[in-house]
Amino acid sequence: MAQAPDIQAKRLSKAQLEANFANLHAPLNAHEAFVESDRCYFCFDPPCMKACPTSIDIPLFIREIQTGHPKSAAKTIFDQNILGGMCARVCPTETLCEEACVREHAEGKPVKIGLLQRYATDAAMADEHPYGRGKFSGKKVAVVGAGPAGLACAHRLAMHGHDITMFEAQKKAGGLNEFGIAAYKTVDDFAQREVDFVLAIGGITIEHDKALGKGLTLEQLEKDYDAVFLGVGYAGVNELGLKHENSKGVEDAVYKIAALRQSKDLSKLKVGRRVVVIGGGMTAIDIALQSKLLGAEEVSILYRRGREHMRASAYEQELALSHGVAICEWVMPKKLITKDGHAIGLKIEGTVMKGKKLVGTGKTYELAADVVFKAIGQTFVDMTAGALALEDGRIKVDEGKRTSRPKIWAGGDCVAGNKALTVAAVDDGRRAAESINTFLRGSHHG
Amino acid sequence: MADLRTDFVGIKSPNPFWLASAPPTDKEYNVVRAFKAGWGGVVWKTLGEDGPPVVNVNGPRYGAIHGADRRLLGFNNIELITDRPLEVNLQEIKKVKREWKDRAMVVSLMVPCEEESWKKILRRVEETECDGVELNFGCPHGMSERGMGSAVGQVPEYIEMVVRWCKQYTRMPVIVKLTPNITDVRKPARAARAGGADAVSLINTINSITHVDLDSFAPMPTIDGKGSHGGYCGPAVKPIALSMVSEIARDSETLGFPISAIGGITTWRDAAEFISMSAGNVQVCTAAMTYGFRIVDEMKSGLSRWMDEKGYATIEDFRGRAVPHVTDWQYLNLNYIAKAKINQDLCIKCGRCYAACEDTSHQAIMMEKDGKRHFEVMDDECVACNLCVEVCPVQDCITMVQQTSGVDARTGREINPEPANWTQHPNNPMSLKAAE
Ligand SMILES: Cc1cc2nc3c(=O)[nH]c(=O)nc-3n(C[C@H](O)[C@H](O)[C@H](O)COP(=O)(O)OP(=O)(O)OC[C@H]3O[C@@H](n4cnc5c(N)ncnc54)[C@H](O)[C@@H]3O)c2cc1C
Ligand SMILES: Cc1cc2nc3c(=O)[nH]c(=O)nc-3n(C[C@H](O)[C@H](O)[C@H](O)COP(=O)(O)O)c2cc1C
Ligand code: SF4
Repeated sequence: MAQAPDIQAKRLSKAQLEANFANLHAPLNAHEAFVESDRCYFCFDPPCMKACPTSIDIPLFIREIQTGHPKSAAKTIFDQNILGGMCARVCPTETLCEEACVREHAEGKPVKIGLLQRYATDAAMADEHPYGRGKFSGKKVAVVGAGPAGLACAHRLAMHGHDITMFEAQKKAGGLNEFGIAAYKTVDDFAQREVDFVLAIGGITIEHDKALGKGLTLEQLEKDYDAVFLGVGYAGVNELGLKHENSKGVEDAVYKIAALRQSKDLSKLKVGRRVVVIGGGMTAIDIALQSKLLGAEEVSILYRRGREHMRASAYEQELALSHGVAICEWVMPKKLITKDGHAIGLKIEGTVMKGKKLVGTGKTYELAADVVFKAIGQTFVDMTAGALALEDGRIKVDEGKRTSRPKIWAGGDCVAGNKALTVAAVDDGRRAAESINTFLRGSHHG
Repeated sequence: MADLRTDFVGIKSPNPFWLASAPPTDKEYNVVRAFKAGWGGVVWKTLGEDGPPVVNVNGPRYGAIHGADRRLLGFNNIELITDRPLEVNLQEIKKVKREWKDRAMVVSLMVPCEEESWKKILRRVEETECDGVELNFGCPHGMSERGMGSAVGQVPEYIEMVVRWCKQYTRMPVIVKLTPNITDVRKPARAARAGGADAVSLINTINSITHVDLDSFAPMPTIDGKGSHGGYCGPAVKPIALSMVSEIARDSETLGFPISAIGGITTWRDAAEFISMSAGNVQVCTAAMTYGFRIVDEMKSGLSRWMDEKGYATIEDFRGRAVPHVTDWQYLNLNYIAKAKINQDLCIKCGRCYAACEDTSHQAIMMEKDGKRHFEVMDDECVACNLCVEVCPVQDCITMVQQTSGVDARTGREINPEPANWTQHPNNPMSLKAAE
């Protein structure tokens, strides 16, 4: 384990990289969409619709595709989920709508709802924006964070006629759609195209480089606006709690993914020859797979329990495995091995369940690595200086996504109970907007 | 947004989608669910005379033809008219109409061919405050054996007579529902008009036996080893209904006579086609029985989008637009020349077009070029029959291309831009006579 770490760019040719980062699933063509839509049984009280966090009327939109109106289908989708285009690309449908599809139970072959949703939304997004802004209500709402939750909230508020100012810490809107989602799920700058699509309703302005806690305060927003929505996501990442965690070669997966998403030339991105990823969620899979696609030779995911316990779905695990990523289950990192301030490997211990507790087996071994990625979860960082009640470390909200302060709502990754999926953030945003609208209309004077 | 409202013989409804007289409209429970789901109106399941109601079989009353993935293509039934007491139906009709004033409520009727019977029932139906009546002269099974339904609908004189009685005894609009089990549908339509009816609706179901069970040799559905013909409906009958509607729409004796179209209507497109063929609204039965009431959502959204895209603000804006384009064969332009064209980029080389043309048609497709499998149409043999287009599994791979100039490679004749039809053709003995 004494070799110098091997981390370099240009492991693959440009053409190879381009092929690797192309669409994960090719979009359906018209004929395929027609045939696939014919498979939907138009079920009663549809299980797929119940499994969708945004409750899209799936059988209806599929029938609209079947009868030659993909744009009506898109409208049916957007009515519930204005980011239906992104959700069609990133939703783990295998654990949501497609898992619930009766044909999944019958044949193990669900209707390809995600791909049909993409077919419909792609058709409509080439067109004029399908919604008009409601008549101006005279009310102003501040939306902090322009991720999926913030965008969905702002759009629904604009439909209700309110004026919205979004405050976004980054120079680009989109949140993790722009900085987090795996590149092959959202090709051709889709995240920004979708932001433009959402904003086309009008009545929404975004102020970039404006962050709550850095200049902006909750008190000021409460004073200046009739209502406030927080969609700030997770700002922090969990630490392993090991010595030498700050060594070179030990990286946070989410930052590396953000760099990858922002890179204009993937051949310039440095990647290790042997990559070890610690974690079991979507982020772990994404960094492992994308490292592989960038040309890493050996990529292993270390997970402290069994594969069935991973947050990443079986489908995603399969995707990683089929690209040559190894998943080592029932192991935990014990010690970082470093040389000259650079990580060169890990000491690992086996794990086992003892009753309800996960404990080390005492058996250890060493694993060489040029890069170690931490992907063990993200955390909400409270930038409101304790102004809002929290629950399990995230902002506490009611059914309508209202926080403990009457003029403040919140949704997405930053609120307690949220599933930390794009679609869950969109659902929170829309629900909050409806609740804010009821509040603003109720407090209407004159 | 397109305005979907319709006014059919004075009966207003928020959209042109009515449920046809059948099980979906048999009782308050169903009809209220239908209205909640957004249907524009209903024709209540056919009522019969007061007294002991008819009885249905207690075994299967339906049969069907399915596509490969169990898509229901054709539907068959041996159900009779309502088997619930008249008074119960009338009370429910009244109650539902009161609660759903904006929806159309038409009541379907079938009583024996006697003046007194019609007079009696009409008086009672009027009390429900419904919007109109539909005379069921169409049911082809069971009731026809008792001299009702299609037994009346097949005799134009009877139709005219009964309609006259009805118009005499009620001020409500009278719609006559026609049977397709007849040679020339214009005859009963003319009779209905002559009797003073306000409109016709068509089609009722077509005599059918969907299968024979090859073990018991009994037709399906089988009741204790025997079967009877039923009435066919669903997507399979749409072309028949569309043609019959077109016949009435362009018959000089029934020109402008309001039509409520029925038969296989399953999507917005079917509805748009029937309305373009002059229907004032459409009625649906099998599609609702197959998929549930919720399908009306797609029908409404689809029709509305299509109208928006085409710039039609109201149903009247496109109603009847197809009628002038329907003509008799003898008036089709025989100087119109087209050739099939295979798009080589889309062709998957299955050879179905070749088999069809070579075995059964005009031997106008080649299957080899430069020693390779290759399918191409030979213009000098192609009569443009469209068979290859229809059997090709790839959409838009084979298309018909009009030839507007030069020489038709098959006949060696110069393309004549002037239209000419059979009535003018030299081979037509009638046309020769005219020329003499
Ligand atoms: C690597 C990775 C891959 C993922 N893949 C998937 C996937 O395939 N499918 C899926 O469904 N989900 C996936 N997720 C989860 C999904 O991206 C999130 O659940 C979703 O983006 C949450 O939306 P949000 O609006 O709550 O937060 P975010 O998307 O995080 O957006 C928050 C926004 O607020 C801004 N902000 C933060 N703090 C401040 C502040 N103080 N002031 C102003 N602005 C601020 C941020 O810059 C950002 O724009 C993934 C997440 C990660 C990390
Ligand atoms: C089960 C069943 C029962 C029917 N009962 C009646 C009836 O009582 N009165 C009537 O006028 N038509 C009746 N019909 C015919 C329908 O109203 C309709 O004319 C026919 O089914 C064609 O429409 P469709 O293709 O949409 O089903 C019945 C049809 C079915 C399938
Ligand atoms: S649909 Fe099935 S369950 Fe319902 S009455 Fe008919 S046979 Fe019985």
